[in-house]
Amino acid sequence: MEQPAEFSVEQLGEVARRVRRHIVTMIHNSRAGHPGGSLSSVEILVSLFFKVMRVSPEEPGWPERDRFVLSKGHASAALYAVLAERGFFPTSELLTFDAIDSRLQGHVDMTKTPGVDMSTGSLGQGLSAACGMAVGAKIGGRQFRVYCLLGDGETQEGQVWEAAMFAGNRGLDNLTAIVDYNKLQLVAPIAQIMPLEPYTDKWRSFGWSVIEVDGHDFEQLLGAFHRARDTRGVPTVIIAHTVKGKGVSFMEGQVKWHSRPTTDEEFRQAIREINVLSEDGTGCGTSPCGTITPIISGQGRGGGL
Amino acid sequence: MEAVRDAFGKALVEIGRHDKRIVVLDADLASSTKVTYFAAEFPDRYFQVGIAEQNMTGIAAGLALMGRIPFTSTFGVFASRRACDQVAMSIAHPRLPVKLVGAYSGILSGNNGATHQAVEDVAIMRAIPNMVVVDPADAVEMSQVVKAIVEYDGPVYLRMSRDAWPDVVPPDYTFKLGKSVLLRPGDTVALVCSGMMASLCLEAASRLERQGISAMVLHMPTIKPLDIDSLVEAAEQTGCVVTAENHNVIGGLGSAVAEVLSEFCPVPVKKVGLQDTYGECGSNEELLEKYGLSAAHIVKAALEVLERKKK
Repeated sequence: MEQPAEFSVEQLGEVARRVRRHIVTMIHNSRAGHPGGSLSSVEILVSLFFKVMRVSPEEPGWPERDRFVLSKGHASAALYAVLAERGFFPTSELLTFDAIDSRLQGHVDMTKTPGVDMSTGSLGQGLSAACGMAVGAKIGGRQFRVYCLLGDGETQEGQVWEAAMFAGNRGLDNLTAIVDYNKLQLVAPIAQIMPLEPYTDKWRSFGWSVIEVDGHDFEQLLGAFHRARDTRGVPTVIIAHTVKGKGVSFMEGQVKWHSRPTTDEEFRQAIREINVLSEDGTGCGTSPCGTITPIISGQGRGGGL
Repeated sequence: MEAVRDAFGKALVEIGRHDKRIVVLDADLASSTKVTYFAAEFPDRYFQVGIAEQNMTGIAAGLALMGRIPFTSTFGVFASRRACDQVAMSIAHPRLPVKLVGAYSGILSGNNGATHQAVEDVAIMRAIPNMVVVDPADAVEMSQVVKAIVEYDGPVYLRMSRDAWPDVVPPDYTFKLGKSVLLRPGDTVALVCSGMMASLCLEAASRLERQGISAMVLHMPTIKPLDIDSLVEAAEQTGCVVTAENHNVIGGLGSAVAEVLSEFCPVPVKKVGLQDTYGECGSNEELLEKYGLSAAHIVKAALEVLERKKK
C-alpha cells in the first residue's frame, strides 16, 4: 500500500494548477457548483492527498488508509479533481460532475465516489463523524489518522463545537481538523454575518492545539500537518488563511462566486489566468501539464444555491 | 413482566459479550435508557458524549464506518427531533448500521410532560429513506429485537417504552424483522397495533368477545417495512381495521396501515392514537384515558368501524 508520495513543492504546485483547471471546467460544464470555496481549498487538499495521507487509489477501501472527511461538502469539485489527479478514477469522469447517474454528486456521497470516506453536505456534521472514526481507531488499536476539512462559515453550526468539545476532552491526537478560513460565506463576509473571532482562542479553549498557516503555501501547510502528527494528547486544528476563489482574479475575495457558474467568456478568462500562473512559475512547475478540453456550450444543467 | 427498557439494557449486555462490534453512545440518559448495564460491563465500548445528541449521532456514523455497530441512547424526542438532520444525512443516506434508541416513546414518559413525549418520532423516522422502525410490545420481544437489529446491516430506529407491560408474545416466540405477529385470531374486526398498545388491544379483544364480537389482534412490531401481506390478509378476512398506537395518528402506524390498505384492500379504518395533540403530565392510566388510547377507546373504535363495514 502506498506511503505518502515524494512530490516536491513544485510538483504539488503543478497538481494544484491542474486541479484548478478541473474545478472551473467542471463547474462551467455543469453550470452548477461552488467555485469560491473549492478554489480556496485546493492547496489543503493537494497537500493531504499527495503528501500527507496514506491512501491507496487502487484500493480505495484499504482498511489502514488515513481517513478524510470533507465537512464542507459543497467543495466537492475540488475533492473530485484531487481524487482524479491522484488516480482514484479517470480525470475524464470529472465532466460528469452533477449529471444524472454520475458518481460525482454536488455534495460528496461516500456511497458513490471512490475515495470519499463520508457523505456530507448538510454543514456542521463532518467533524462528529471524524471524531467517531478517530475514537474508533483508538479503541481498535489502529494507527491511521483522521483528517477533516471544515468551512469557516460552517463553524457557526453548534454541532461543530459539540464535536470540538468531545475531541478535546477525549484527547483525540489522531484527529486533525483544517479550517478553510477564506472569510466569506454565501450571503456576505463572515465579519458581517456572524464573526468567528477570536477564532484561535475558541479552538484552544476547547482543548485543541492550534496552528495558523497561509492556506495556499505548501511549505507552511506541510509543516503544520507534520506538527499535528507529532502532537500527543490533544487534537490539532490548522486554521488555513485562504482566499475564496483563489487563482481566478475576478473570483478572488468575491462573495458572489460562492455558488455561481461562469459565462463562456468568464470561463475562458479563468482558464487563461490559471495557465498564466504556470508560465509565471508561481503555481506550476516546468513539466508539461495535463490538459482537459473545455466544454463551452449550453449543455449545462444549472442549479446551485 | 419486566420493564421493556430493562430488557433492552440486559439484552445489550448479553449480545455485547459475544459481539465486540457493539458500542454504545449515550447523551447523559444512561440511567433512563438502561445502557448503564452495558457501561458497567464494557466501559471501553461505552462513550459518554454529554448532552449533545447531534454530535452523538455523527460520532455513531464514524464508529459505524470503523466496523462497529453503535447504539445511541437518548429519548425518542431527541433522537427524532433534535438530531433529525444528522440521522438523515449522516446515518440514513449512507445507510450505516447505527441503531438509534428512542426511549420513553409516546405519551407515557414518566410524568415528564409534553417536552419528553415522543408523539411524532415514528412519523419522522418512517419518512426517512433507508430507515427501519421497530416498536416492540414487551420485554420478551425487546430481548429478541436487540439481537435481530444487530444482525440487520442498516440503520434502525428502536422505539422503547418506559414501563413494564404484560407479556403478550408467546413463550416460543421468535421475532423476525418485517414480520407481524398474530396475537389473537378473529374474523369480525382486526385490531392492528405496535408497542405497548398490544396489551391494550388484547384487553379490548376480550371485552369485544364478551359482546359476541370476534376481534383479531395483529401486532406490527416492525412499523417499517410494514408486513403488507399479513395486513392485507387480515383486512380481507375481517373487512375492517382499527389501528392502535402510542403516537400521533398522523404519520405513524395508523397512517402506514391506511396507506397500504387504501392501495391493496380498501376497508373501513379507524385510528386510535393521539388526535394531533401534545400530551401533558399524568399517570399512565390517566393519560391513556384522557388522550383516547385506553382499551375502552379501542373497543369503541371497533364498534364504530364495524358499523361502517355494514353500510
